[in-house]
Amino acid sequence: MKPTLLENRGVPLEKQKFTWRDLVQKPISKLDDDAYTRVRIILMNGIELEAHRFSHSAARMNGPELQLPLAQVRRIEQHQATMINWLIGADHSPLETTIAYEQVAIDVTAAVAMNEPDDYLAQVYRFGLLEDFDHMYRYSALLDRLEGKDANNILQSYTDILPGRPTLVEHRAPQDDLRRPYDRKKAAPLSKLHALTIMAAEQQTHNFYMNIGPMYADPVARQLYAEIASIEEQHVTQYESIIDPTESWLEKWVLHELGEVYNYHGCMEQESNPRIKAIWERFCDYELGHLRLAIELFEKHERRDVAEILPESLPEPIPFASQREFVRETLAGEVDLRANGTEMVPKSKDSKASIAYREQMNSEGSPSETVSAGYKWAPGSELKLKVA
Amino acid sequence: MNQSGMLTAEDGGEKMMENIALTKPPRGDETDLAKIRLQYAKHAEPVGTIPEPTPPGIAAVLMDKLGERLAFERSGTRLYDALMVKCAADKSCGVPAKELKHLRDEEAMHFALVGAAIQALGGDPTAQTPWADVAGVEGMGLMQVLTDPKTTVAQALHAILVAEMTDNAAWDELVELTGQAGNDDLVGRFAKARDEEQEHLEKVQGWYKQAVQAAGAAGAGRVRATG
Repeated sequence: MKPTLLENRGVPLEKQKFTWRDLVQKPISKLDDDAYTRVRIILMNGIELEAHRFSHSAARMNGPELQLPLAQVRRIEQHQATMINWLIGADHSPLETTIAYEQVAIDVTAAVAMNEPDDYLAQVYRFGLLEDFDHMYRYSALLDRLEGKDANNILQSYTDILPGRPTLVEHRAPQDDLRRPYDRKKAAPLSKLHALTIMAAEQQTHNFYMNIGPMYADPVARQLYAEIASIEEQHVTQYESIIDPTESWLEKWVLHELGEVYNYHGCMEQESNPRIKAIWERFCDYELGHLRLAIELFEKHERRDVAEILPESLPEPIPFASQREFVRETLAGEVDLRANGTEMVPKSKDSKASIAYREQMNSEGSPSETVSAGYKWAPGSELKLKVA
Repeated sequence: MNQSGMLTAEDGGEKMMENIALTKPPRGDETDLAKIRLQYAKHAEPVGTIPEPTPPGIAAVLMDKLGERLAFERSGTRLYDALMVKCAADKSCGVPAKELKHLRDEEAMHFALVGAAIQALGGDPTAQTPWADVAGVEGMGLMQVLTDPKTTVAQALHAILVAEMTDNAAWDELVELTGQAGNDDLVGRFAKARDEEQEHLEKVQGWYKQAVQAAGAAGAGRVRATG
């Protein structure tokens, strides 16, 4: 049953408690759990880390009346993020986890693009999707050629491993990464939730690549992470720019909490592992408590009715499922699109500034092209195509 | 149920196979990657240097290798600490706790032995030498296997087996290097340690074989409880 937002008060903050033992639970099984359990874990960690990023920004730009409640909620979110992120087992190499991150970026972004009511925003998602799709191909080549492993062990055949918009042409001048924001007064609640969700996933991916890139000894791996982390930074720039910057801090806080409720609820409804499902249920109740607090502060300080920014009920959840056909159709129709300013344009109208920028960045070689030179995914390894 | 293979996917496996025909890869092959590695290799700096004062000739190699043994025996003690916990969690594993503890303590004594030798030769046993650093990188996976609550005793013993096989070869090498450096006193002490390590290897091999057989008798792999 969907929570009736303005009626369900969730768990009050003072009852949201943890212990260190509670934070560190049994990880999922890399081999036995469904790939979408891992996808949900990664997505929800991203949602919580975005909550942190927002909360710290808000605390730096507001006075004590918000700093304390932000700190109180943030402490709980810290522990939510920990419990969730620690569910990834240590038998995942950082590169295998990377494959899972790209599966999130592909299948969740595709689902969002399919269900996004705003045509322009849907195009923005499809545009980003084809870039993450290409990252999957490049990282799969690296996984095969560096660790001798098959990316499909992680993907479980849900997600294709094919070239997308080549990573080497994804490098753009900053002005070509900014998009037009939705209008906070006109946008559908689902559009706002989509934007927050994908922005959260991308900022987490960016941070993850920045942290694990230097853990590799192999210079080719270090170069590839450097290159793709740069694109993830562009994606964060893109997705944060679609959010209306005239939303007040408190409006944004309420929407962040709403987004957390929405996504935990979606995870809860679709989770196949009962132990993980219980975590989603628990945290959905916690988020309703956070939402309640943010609403009270919104109404108190802004003297506005929260009904003007909240939907009466939660929209349908983002589906966690293979989006292979949608991705293939998008690939066939839009792989040659480029960004010029805020618009997606044919390759012939590509931005001169972006062309100049990428020529500079690629002038000493392209890590993504090098790592995947001649690479075709095959079950087990590309070696099967060569040895047979 | 293991879901990592293509046979467990419904129609996904067939769709994945379409990827082979659909892929138009960038030109070249995996040697392109090797070329970049080669460029970096040609300009690489070493891992680090041997602490000053650097002894001359073979003595410098010996000092570096002593640093490696020091690091390995210290980490090896910790590997055994982790194995003891693993065995305590599975009382039916058949590894005698006392013997395991004895092996662990000998690793710790070898650590002390090598530390004293470095000091006697004028070196600094608190410093990390290049070979010690590399040995630490090599051992990272072993410790991950041993401390993961999910791994079985057999899997943990296999990790110890990897360590002990390396350790045996390394002690042989150390005895030889010490002989070349002309330090007969150390040769004798190191030869005794090498003999003890040979016993470790034999015991671990035996326990490992026994654990694998026991797993086979119990049915392949552990059945995983839900969640």
